[in-house]
Amino acid sequence: MPTLDMSTTPLREVNVTLQQAAKSQANAVYEITNPRGSHAVAVGLDGPLSVTVKGSTGYYCAGMNKTATIRVEGSAGPGVAENMMSGEVVIEGDASQYAGATGRGGLLNIKGNASSRCGISMKGIDIVVHGNIGHMSAFMAQKGNLVVLGDAGDALGDSLYEARLFVRGTVKSLGADCVEKEMRPEHIEILQDLLDRAGADAKPEEFKRYGSARRLYNFNIDHADEY
Amino acid sequence: MDKTPQTDPRQSWTFSNSVNSEIRRAAATGIYDIRGGGAKRRVPHFDDLLFLGASMSRYPLEGYREKCETSVTLGTRFAKKPIELKIPITIAGMSFGSLSGPAKEALGRGATLAGTSTTTGDGGMTEEERGHSQKLVYQYLPSRYGMNPDDLRRADAIEVVVGQGAKPGGGGMLLGQKITERVAGMRDLPVGIDQRSACRHPDWTGPDDLEIKILELREITNWEKPIYIKVGGARPYYDTALAVKAGADVVVLDGMQGGTAATQDVFIEHVGQPTLACIRPAVQALQDLGMHREVQLVVSGGIRNGADVAKALALGADAVSIGTAALIALGDNDPKWEAEYNALGTTAGAYDDWHEGRDPAGITTQDPELMKRLDPIAAGRRLRNYLNVMTLECQTIARACGHNHVHNLEPEDLCALTMEAAAMAQIPLAGTNWYPGKPGF
Repeated sequence: MPTLDMSTTPLREVNVTLQQAAKSQANAVYEITNPRGSHAVAVGLDGPLSVTVKGSTGYYCAGMNKTATIRVEGSAGPGVAENMMSGEVVIEGDASQYAGATGRGGLLNIKGNASSRCGISMKGIDIVVHGNIGHMSAFMAQKGNLVVLGDAGDALGDSLYEARLFVRGTVKSLGADCVEKEMRPEHIEILQDLLDRAGADAKPEEFKRYGSARRLYNFNIDHADEY
Repeated sequence: MDKTPQTDPRQSWTFSNSVNSEIRRAAATGIYDIRGGGAKRRVPHFDDLLFLGASMSRYPLEGYREKCETSVTLGTRFAKKPIELKIPITIAGMSFGSLSGPAKEALGRGATLAGTSTTTGDGGMTEEERGHSQKLVYQYLPSRYGMNPDDLRRADAIEVVVGQGAKPGGGGMLLGQKITERVAGMRDLPVGIDQRSACRHPDWTGPDDLEIKILELREITNWEKPIYIKVGGARPYYDTALAVKAGADVVVLDGMQGGTAATQDVFIEHVGQPTLACIRPAVQALQDLGMHREVQLVVSGGIRNGADVAKALALGADAVSIGTAALIALGDNDPKWEAEYNALGTTAGAYDDWHEGRDPAGITTQDPELMKRLDPIAAGRRLRNYLNVMTLECQTIARACGHNHVHNLEPEDLCALTMEAAAMAQIPLAGTNWYPGKPGF
């Protein structure tokens, strides 16, 4: 397995190597050692590559990922898997703020906790957090699914659009226009699939579903007090 | 019997008919006024400056014979592939969604014919636009509507939008009337709902974070693309300095006359600084950092003709950008649609309800029938013509001031007509060698 040691290999060389391998070496497996909190590690990959990062990363690890599978054996800094298009990103530890921000596809699987604004403005990505998430998560979330096995902080789903939020634990408070919704069979099916894909030990029936009340979809002066 | 003499009815300056009409409108609807465009109030502007021309101490160039270059290169600081433009006038970012597909195509056609760049907007990159724009700047906006790495890579430059002159500190709203299936699909949102564009980026706060964000964008695009940072005219000295610190190749500075697709009138008219007041502080910041001309400065907001271009360049800009003027060149607010403007309760030249999607000129609309009114080929030619005229005008002035490149225009070529303009532009009042705040006085 090719190994890129970031104690001796510059970031530029790491990303060029991975980006080229993603295009030319289908299903190749790479390992990155000594990431030492580096920013923008394994960004812009576009192909079925498998990358394991042995340690914690800084900002924007796996940003704009397409197709590739990236596993961080540590924690991830802000904006992990931001604007991910497809593929899978696994964080074995915790994720800092803005995890999965604006993501448009793929699965972001966070085995620990995620900080504030997890899934902010998400546009189709699926995010599974095995622990808790911080405040203002799923703010202005448009599409996709956010699954939280633990608790959610303040103002969950503020100004939510069509994203689905599933929380097993408590929700400290809901944001503007976010309401609890009925868990119908199709939601159980979606949730079961996500839990299976994330390797999460939980049953869909243990979760509550939250979504948009759609009261703020078109401007109405009578709703101005809600935000 | 003689009538008692009476004074004429006297209108209040404070409570003018226009002010009173807005009070009545607000009282009737309970909603603030939303409109497109930039500030309509009179603010000190380029009209308040004049060029001095050549004289005993300046040697002019022959108008129809001697060369006066206009080319500009943007993105020379870090990018492997800077943008080379034939003229120092670019087309500003305007979204597909607020503008029709044919209008975006026309902007691309016109810019390409004139040898310059055009810019996407808050709705992502369309095929019409990419296909007809030889040089296309891809905006990286807080909403990230349609954002994807493929479009990033096929752009010629990336513009991180922090703010815009019409509404520094504000986001946007594209009302449901304009959200067709295509627009909604590009933005990953349902058809027909009002689409809020966030006022701040979702995954970074402040210049330290932005520096890392720019690193990510460069890593994704192989360090090829120039990275612009666009700021509204709020605190131009510090905004420019922080943009440089964050790693910008180009700073785009948009004054309050710069347009928007839609926001509150009170925002447009009461937040931000006039374009004229923004340029010198921004240039000063670049000079203090030793970055003037290494990080290029693009100025926008109320640029209308070659004289405005020349004045912006003389104050230290490397290029200008036009939005409203480009739309007018395409056919926006054309008096030939006067009857239809009247039917909408307005008149040609004043139409600014772009958010309603009922534009008679077929530019700020998604209505299929209205869109057909704009021929993108003919409109693109009009834009090309207009850009050419602006360039010729700018060259005319530069030659008269003795310069063989428009970038050689300098503050010493100018005088100011008003105290306000003199103070803002730091240009001596005409007939003096003094401006308010000049050191040593």
